[in-house]
Amino acid sequence: MADVLAFAEQRDGQIGGSAREAVSAAARLAGSLEGAAHALVLGAPGISEQGGDLGRFGAEVVHVGEHEALEGYNPEAYAAVVAERVREGGYHAVIFPATTLGKDLAPRVAASLDVPLAADVTGLEAEGGKISIVRPVYSGKAFAHLEAETTPVLVSIRPNVFHAAELNAAGAVETFTPEVDPQALRVRVLERKGAGDGQLDVSEAAIIVSGGRGMKDPENWGLLEGLRDAIGSGAALGASRAVVDAGWRPHGEQVGQTGKTVAPKLYFAVGISGAIQHLAGMRTSQTIVAINKDADAPIFGVADYGIVGDLFDVLPRLTEEISALKSGD
Amino acid sequence: MNVIVCVKRVPDTETRIRVDDSGNEIDPSGVKFIISPYDEFAVEAGLRAKEAAGDGTVHLVSFGDAAAQETLRSGLAMGADGATLLVGEPTVDGLATAKVLANELEGADAPLILFGVKAADDDQQQVGPMVATLLGRPCVTGVTSFEVQDGKAVCHREVEGGSEVVEVDLPAALTITKGAYEPRYASLKGIMAAKKKPLEQKDAAAADPQLRVVRLTEPAPRSAGRIVGEGPDAVPELVRLLREEANAL
Repeated sequence: MADVLAFAEQRDGQIGGSAREAVSAAARLAGSLEGAAHALVLGAPGISEQGGDLGRFGAEVVHVGEHEALEGYNPEAYAAVVAERVREGGYHAVIFPATTLGKDLAPRVAASLDVPLAADVTGLEAEGGKISIVRPVYSGKAFAHLEAETTPVLVSIRPNVFHAAELNAAGAVETFTPEVDPQALRVRVLERKGAGDGQLDVSEAAIIVSGGRGMKDPENWGLLEGLRDAIGSGAALGASRAVVDAGWRPHGEQVGQTGKTVAPKLYFAVGISGAIQHLAGMRTSQTIVAINKDADAPIFGVADYGIVGDLFDVLPRLTEEISALKSGD
Repeated sequence: MNVIVCVKRVPDTETRIRVDDSGNEIDPSGVKFIISPYDEFAVEAGLRAKEAAGDGTVHLVSFGDAAAQETLRSGLAMGADGATLLVGEPTVDGLATAKVLANELEGADAPLILFGVKAADDDQQQVGPMVATLLGRPCVTGVTSFEVQDGKAVCHREVEGGSEVVEVDLPAALTITKGAYEPRYASLKGIMAAKKKPLEQKDAAAADPQLRVVRLTEPAPRSAGRIVGEGPDAVPELVRLLREEANAL
């Protein structure tokens, strides 16, 4: 038996894209290992109603742990429940999403189970029962091909790399009530802010509109927001290190080696010259568009399509054309 | 308030990385090494926690080869009081590294153990929470700022599309990211003083890694694409290409 477990993250009570990606990756891996894919969801009572959705992405069994104390993420409560389920289930591999939650949770589970963790992987396959892992190192300046000596093999997968594929399948939902003592938790979330503007995080966006020093002034970001809004759902803003260091944009938007490494379907680099540490963070994007007035900027060396010109002329036109395109859909 | 800060020596983020002839290590020639930038935030955070408390020490710990002395000296020059270098070779198996650190830090008289949120080389974001788990300490990751009060630390952290305020009982471990802790520059006086500060060195072989690098590869070079045109007049053609050729819109 070589079953694979996907940890399916819910955020604000919604099971989202990262969970589907993890389940799809688990289903593919389980297929190669001749085992079954299972999913694990933790949340408040009632979350099991959404569990069936993961069956359509290949989970034969969706285990749903319901408890009031699991409504929002608590690292200690979640890690204890996940480690326990992995131990009991005898899984050959466990897949976490490499989201903020997954990156916090997976190392705790790994240390509890005394097995290593390969984080933020971009390649995962099995042949002859052996799992091969690929993950970027030095923020994508190189790729490490890894093999684990022990099981379960724990990995977290980079968002947007493993595509969620809906199958003609259904899974069984099995609900359980984990033991959680809220009084014993030494980490307590006092407040959750934001999520208020409803904007997608740059690490999870399918299309990224990134601005650099060429934007000249933080006041000009309205132009990038306009383009993002014209593209619609799935788009998010990014930023170069220079503008984050200058205090124009929050660090959460920074793309590059000291920020986030991203792999969207489409990346717009606007007024970004293309420093080596920025390129490392976005070079695995499927399609890269550069808009820069300097025809010699290094960003054009990695861009699929470039426009040489003043971004203050180009951006409004681009926003207009994309709006027209979207309204014509 | 005693604080321990774990730091790692990594290649400069501005440096080019090439895979050596063996095919499973990087070629170190011409590579400049630095203290991992996130660890530098952690050192700054540790110094500020000590200053706010008005007493205690900041002690640095690194697991790495002998050259990591230089990394530790740079932290001592910022103001840390002492350092320990655990001499060995960290691998991609973060748990093996965490075990070396946990072995050293077991029973440490420090309410706070700080880490950078990730090392700028392997970028796995795992050693901090693993050490905390092994030591049985609670842990908060990705902290942008924190205040210590009444045996607790109140931490601010970034999450997708928002932020959280999280309270943790001390003793605890925190991993620090870019936020409130812009690292101070070492003064000339600090650099001179760092040379005389205690830096203990001990052998610390890690257990055999359970995760192995089979090989390292360089990313397939992205072939430079084409310049669609100049100025706003090129926009309609760009949009057409994105839609019809790249299938990206």
